[in-house]
Amino acid sequence: MYQMRLPPWLVLLLPAFVILLAVVAIPLVLSLYSSFTAFQLTRPETITRWIGTFNYGKAMGDANFWAAFGRAVLLLTLALNLEMLLGLGLAVMVAKVTLGQRLLRTMMMFPMMFSPILVGFQFKFIFNDNVGLLNNALQSLGLTDVAIPWLVDGNLAFLAIVAAEVWTSTSVFAILILAGIFAIPQDPVEAARVDGCTPWQTFRYVTLPFLMPFIYIAMAIRSLDVARAYDIVQVMTAGGPARRTELLWTLIGRTGYVDARMGYANAMGYIAILLSIVFTVYFFRKLTTARTSLGMGD
Amino acid sequence: MAEVVLRDVVKTYGALPVVHAINLDIAHGEFVVLVGPSGCGKSTTLRMIAGLEDISGGEVRIGDRMVNDLPPRDRNISMVFQNYALYPHMTVRENLGFSLHIAKRSKPEIAKAVAEAADILSLTPLLDRKPGQLSGGQRQRVAMGRAIVRHPDVFLFDEPLSNLDAKLRTQMRVEIKRLHQKVGTTIIYVTHDQVEAMTLADRIVIMRDGHIVQIGTPLEVFERPVNSFVATFIGSPPMNLMPATVTGGALRLADGTALPLPPGLSAHEGQAVQFGVRADNIMPEGHSLPPTAHMAHVDMPVTLTEPLGTETLLFGTLAGTEVQAKMLNPRPVRTGEVLRFGIALDKCHLFDAETGASLRV
Repeated sequence: MYQMRLPPWLVLLLPAFVILLAVVAIPLVLSLYSSFTAFQLTRPETITRWIGTFNYGKAMGDANFWAAFGRAVLLLTLALNLEMLLGLGLAVMVAKVTLGQRLLRTMMMFPMMFSPILVGFQFKFIFNDNVGLLNNALQSLGLTDVAIPWLVDGNLAFLAIVAAEVWTSTSVFAILILAGIFAIPQDPVEAARVDGCTPWQTFRYVTLPFLMPFIYIAMAIRSLDVARAYDIVQVMTAGGPARRTELLWTLIGRTGYVDARMGYANAMGYIAILLSIVFTVYFFRKLTTARTSLGMGD
Repeated sequence: MAEVVLRDVVKTYGALPVVHAINLDIAHGEFVVLVGPSGCGKSTTLRMIAGLEDISGGEVRIGDRMVNDLPPRDRNISMVFQNYALYPHMTVRENLGFSLHIAKRSKPEIAKAVAEAADILSLTPLLDRKPGQLSGGQRQRVAMGRAIVRHPDVFLFDEPLSNLDAKLRTQMRVEIKRLHQKVGTTIIYVTHDQVEAMTLADRIVIMRDGHIVQIGTPLEVFERPVNSFVATFIGSPPMNLMPATVTGGALRLADGTALPLPPGLSAHEGQAVQFGVRADNIMPEGHSLPPTAHMAHVDMPVTLTEPLGTETLLFGTLAGTEVQAKMLNPRPVRTGEVLRFGIALDKCHLFDAETGASLRV
């Protein structure tokens, strides 16, 4: 008779192991491996053609790749800072509201509930130079009589993308900072008022240090989001015009699926992930420092 | 110079009044303690003086300025909070110097003021620590230091010792009193602890339900309480109160025991009263203070003893009411032992049974 030989703990863990292996480990190893080959999607046999670090070397010397990399860093910096400032402002204002605050808090979350693809389409429409809402509004108000080519001019298109990103995700900051505002002990704030602080000074010297850990948490979350930005950009400009809004993942996506050069795309992907890791580590360091300075332990 | 004057000061939350038109004059350099049970409006009153609560009616003056509409920062006051309220992200040095930094004083000036305050409160070795690294007592000293560096017109203390353990509380009490002697600034101090009030205050303000019940020096409120509330609130153990009636020029307790009327009290025939006697004024014979001219005697079985060393508290039942008495030069007492107690009638009190008002003339 067949006898079960495996120990029970292994049997119990096996499904989890199998799933992790199939979903995470194998694709990861395979993609890493393929980044060292001349793998092309259209010619599956190329996956065995080992070319060493050629793809990485190529990416390192590719001006388009570094332009996309730089643009991703710029988008991160712009979007995160804008979202932080706007989110902070929103949170501070909403915290003052006494009547209907719950409703406002819920409404604040609305932009997060839309699919980024749809947000992309919506903003593509808003910024359209002929029928777009923005140009129509500007022209109706008499502020301009030309059709501003929002999505055609490279710099303007980049700003349009920043606007879409900020619109969707400011509430991440607002919600987290609002949670922080509710957690602030009132005593030090009152002590600051008695100590001679104006409302602005109270905010600057007492409230803000208490909020910094919350801001850094939001930053860490959002830096991962923005570093992998693809959907909104793909819909609004597809990296164009003439690569002026090309970001890492639109470039990688095109290289892998349109040009079918999957080996090269994977190599770029692995370099791009470094960016996410660097930002995440940076913000977690800041978070730890902010918490330690508040005596919140480690 | 800064005296603090409260004129008909009212605080209401919506329609709910919490402080009813109180009047208080605090002289320059005076140490005044607001004391009362929780919810009596003492903290609210202090916070109105500080400017942390709006004043619903009346007038608050600090020095010669009406401060009703001034924000806290313009009132030249310092406040010490119950939970210390230190800035956790700043070192002790930065905490102490913060108000001066905000006032844009020069660096050397701030350093000098901080060093001075740190010296007064023995904080010098802790200057570079963060509040999180300090013990409760040290934090409280930092909070006090933060208050004194500014040389304010008035110090406000909001139950500053209630988070400390008993031993530390006694220590800090002495430090606060010493601080007052050293700097001589007006202090308004809120507490629910009558011992703190008695030991610290030049004058005590006893509050209940948003009203001031009595204002007086510690001895005045102890010896001449205006009503039974003050009588039982001030003093430890609390004053014994026994229901009684005045009949035939004598005081008749609930069980019929008759005592001579205490002198200096006005009660009319048939009046229902409460007879008040402190533990210090009811002592077993042979273990008491020298007898006074007006003594009465009762026999009472002892139900419980609390030896305190120099004296023992004796619990007994007199006319159906539990009574605490004091035994000097104590000897062991068995439970149930009947002792003869002497009551110093000239130190006793009568309160109207209905209004609680003192019947002392």
